[in-house]
Amino acid sequence: MAVEAEQHQNIVVRFAGDSGDGMQLTGTSFTLATALHGNNLSTFPDFPAEIRAPIGATFGVSAFQIYFGSEDVTTAGDEVEVLVAMNPAALITNLQYLVSGGLVIVDTGAFNKKNLAKAKYASNPLEDGSLGAYRVLAIDIHSQVIAAVEEFGLSHKMALRCKNMWTLGLVLWLFDRDKQSTVESLLTKFANKPDIANANVAALNAGNAYGETAELPSGIAVYKVPKAKQAPGTYRNVDGATALSWGLLAGGQLANLGILFASYPITPASNLLHTLAARKDFDVITFQAEDEIAAVCAAIGASFAGSLGVTSSAGPGIALKQEAISLAVSAELPLVVVNTQRGGPSTGLPTKTEQSDLLQAIYGRHGDTPLPVVASSHPGDCFDSAIEAVRLATKYMTPVMLLSDGYIANASEPWLIPDFDDYEAFPVSFHDKPEGFKPSLRDAETLARVWAKPGTAGLEHRIGGIEKSYDTGDISYDPDNHQKMTDTRKAKIDNIAADIPLQDVHLGNDSGKLAVVGWGSTYGAIHQAVKRSIREGLDVAHIHIRHMWPLPANLQELLSGYDNILIPEMNTGQLVKIIRAEYLIDAKALNKVSGQPFKISEIEDAIKSQLS
Amino acid sequence: MNQAINKLTLKDYTSDQEVRWCPGCGDYAILKTIQKLMPEFDQPKENQVFISGIGCSSRFPYYMNTYGFHTIHGRAPAIATGVKLANPELDVWVITGDGDALSIGGNHTLHVLRRNVDLNILLFNNEIYGLTKGQYSPTSKVGTRSPSTPQGSIDLPLSPCAVALGSGAAFVARSIDTEMKHLSAVIKIAHAHKGASFVEILQNCPIYNDGIFENIKNKKIAADFRVEIEHGQPLIFGKENTKGIRLNRETLALEVVTIGEDCPLEDVLIHDQTNLTLAQLIGAMGSTNDEGFPVAVGVIYHNPKPNYVDDLFIQRERLRQDKDKGNLNALLRSGHTWEVA
Repeated sequence: MAVEAEQHQNIVVRFAGDSGDGMQLTGTSFTLATALHGNNLSTFPDFPAEIRAPIGATFGVSAFQIYFGSEDVTTAGDEVEVLVAMNPAALITNLQYLVSGGLVIVDTGAFNKKNLAKAKYASNPLEDGSLGAYRVLAIDIHSQVIAAVEEFGLSHKMALRCKNMWTLGLVLWLFDRDKQSTVESLLTKFANKPDIANANVAALNAGNAYGETAELPSGIAVYKVPKAKQAPGTYRNVDGATALSWGLLAGGQLANLGILFASYPITPASNLLHTLAARKDFDVITFQAEDEIAAVCAAIGASFAGSLGVTSSAGPGIALKQEAISLAVSAELPLVVVNTQRGGPSTGLPTKTEQSDLLQAIYGRHGDTPLPVVASSHPGDCFDSAIEAVRLATKYMTPVMLLSDGYIANASEPWLIPDFDDYEAFPVSFHDKPEGFKPSLRDAETLARVWAKPGTAGLEHRIGGIEKSYDTGDISYDPDNHQKMTDTRKAKIDNIAADIPLQDVHLGNDSGKLAVVGWGSTYGAIHQAVKRSIREGLDVAHIHIRHMWPLPANLQELLSGYDNILIPEMNTGQLVKIIRAEYLIDAKALNKVSGQPFKISEIEDAIKSQLS
Repeated sequence: MNQAINKLTLKDYTSDQEVRWCPGCGDYAILKTIQKLMPEFDQPKENQVFISGIGCSSRFPYYMNTYGFHTIHGRAPAIATGVKLANPELDVWVITGDGDALSIGGNHTLHVLRRNVDLNILLFNNEIYGLTKGQYSPTSKVGTRSPSTPQGSIDLPLSPCAVALGSGAAFVARSIDTEMKHLSAVIKIAHAHKGASFVEILQNCPIYNDGIFENIKNKKIAADFRVEIEHGQPLIFGKENTKGIRLNRETLALEVVTIGEDCPLEDVLIHDQTNLTLAQLIGAMGSTNDEGFPVAVGVIYHNPKPNYVDDLFIQRERLRQDKDKGNLNALLRSGHTWEVA
């Protein structure tokens, strides 16, 4: 084919199809090939709550977006340049993301009357000229794949299942990626079903060869995306849920504690349970409890007995756990509570992302129950923020809320793998001396209550949720004592501000016209928007907060150095409320609650309007 | 260490806390029985842990000089499960009440029994909410007048033992607060049982539900209202031991018979504590409006089955045989990685 290659520094590709079409597998396979190719990347799996929606239905469309290139890539990209649409429903729901002049690859075999009707197309968009603004690569992938796998004698239905691999083969060719990593993972995945494995590999090869040999329409060429400059070291792709699970295991080792991870299945948090359940070679026990409350309670019981209790859920489940979390605050036991936030309220948008549980994390309990809140900002950061949550929980004998969300839990990025030997250990020492022991003993510096675990002779004692005497730990209804205990619990958490890093400026100057202040998974979009704005000469900085409570000791002073503060959040304005309340700073909000992450351009526009 | 254990007495198990139950409460008698019994178990004192929820009965751990955790309403079985998972060596007791275990905590009671977590669960059943000042409970008899049911309760009560059996409990027994000998004997068997052992203790609340178990407890009349069951022995009761329980093989229901009159002695039902169907019939006796039936006290069901904690660790050990102990650096580098020079 004598077509010139297109050069791109960065590019966004989106795969869309039925929820049963295997788009997530296609996307992750393409991601691996792209990482091995040497590009920076970020992904965004975007799937419905329905596991297998009726075939061809618009509400059953599952998509996977990847942004990759030679620059630093921290979001899944704003505008799609290549869209793969496996059926009319995928086309009609995803065409909105495609730039004008972008390439759309469609399977004409799926554009039949029935599917067009299900997608509510009055006429076939491949024939009525409505795709005129785009470049269309229309291939009868149905027929191609049937022919490619004929020799394996699969049923018609099973043969068609290979069409995602045929399509992937074509797209790998289009971006000049090696297909070997996909071949290997197919052979591993279907090791027990050699016919299926071989058919999928044949489909992949056929799609790839189609690109090489077929006469493609004019204007369609191989995309050349240069390799990124990356820091030297060993890399892997990691998604947030995996990194967070590994961070918990790491935290357990650094604290020298066994972990009980007790959880109840809920989207999008369940992957933590799955990942850890498969790691029994580590000192972790997973317990699928009967409900959210039992899960947090089992974790608290484990902490009482000398393990690190960890529980995990999404917003609705965290709400159920809050009474028990207050018990852990009162009893002063360590506990890590992971909230993989999703769109709310109620069942809300279970598979979509949101940051609307910040206030619940900081304030959402009964009584005065302060506790530290830590937020992860991107997939790789989930590893380190989980370690930090374990450190704070064990050092200060307190529950810690660790916030992730549906976006970073599922999104993946290349991760420069750290050397675990470089991490500083924070081993827990259990109290074991009967002389002078009282359950109310406190560390003079941290104010942490003593941890004396059952099984230790001579330290038999009782704890509970009733207010306890500051001096003895016995039940006390004394008014002055309750004041003192409430003050002590608050002071213990407030003091943590002295034990966390000072807030740094991620990008830009440490004073100036505007600081964009973010937390959690808005990191990538804010980073890109601020980077682009600085490049355009605007006076703007990016500050990204990990320790949501207590806030870093220098944050007020730092923020006071900017004329304006802009806080983008995927909620109706929660951090902005806290900043205003704590510091009396007139911060401005930028809010989005569509279930989709911020686009870079949305934040860029807000920066421009703040500075105009 | 073992010598030291043998020397322990009731006093060693009495904490320095002032007991705060109402005068005459049945909980005092249960506390005394258990404090006296504890030294008999072959356990270092520091391994004994009492976990409770909320309610009058749940204050119990404060008075035991062992490890104890007074938690939140209904959740003691879940917290105790976590304790046991973290350290299976511990001898873990759950102290709960009828509201705590069967109303707000019903789900946890069901699942802790189904999983058969190795815990000793003592449910103090006084058929009333005491600590919140006398509302009816899920075990109150129909017609119970209380502040929340001034015209009498209208919903059917649960039988704790029937619930436990329905949940898959492998050990279910019933005893009485003030009968130290019987209660001690039942708790000893319960404690020896590996897995979740469930003991319902009929307990008098002198303030809000006084005398509710009078028929069963009053020595003058109790023989007609209770049957003391024992594995392999016939179900005979009554002042003169003339009444019996027979299984009607046509209706598959129990019936009260008079021995020698309408039923020969050999037709009286023999208690088989391993028979779940019989246990369900015997456990429910006297709990609903079937007047004339005695309440069964003693071990109703005892049929060991695999327990969750043992199986969990067996599974883990089996898996670990083929694997190296978790190496974090290796984990981080598992799967596809690549080098950038």
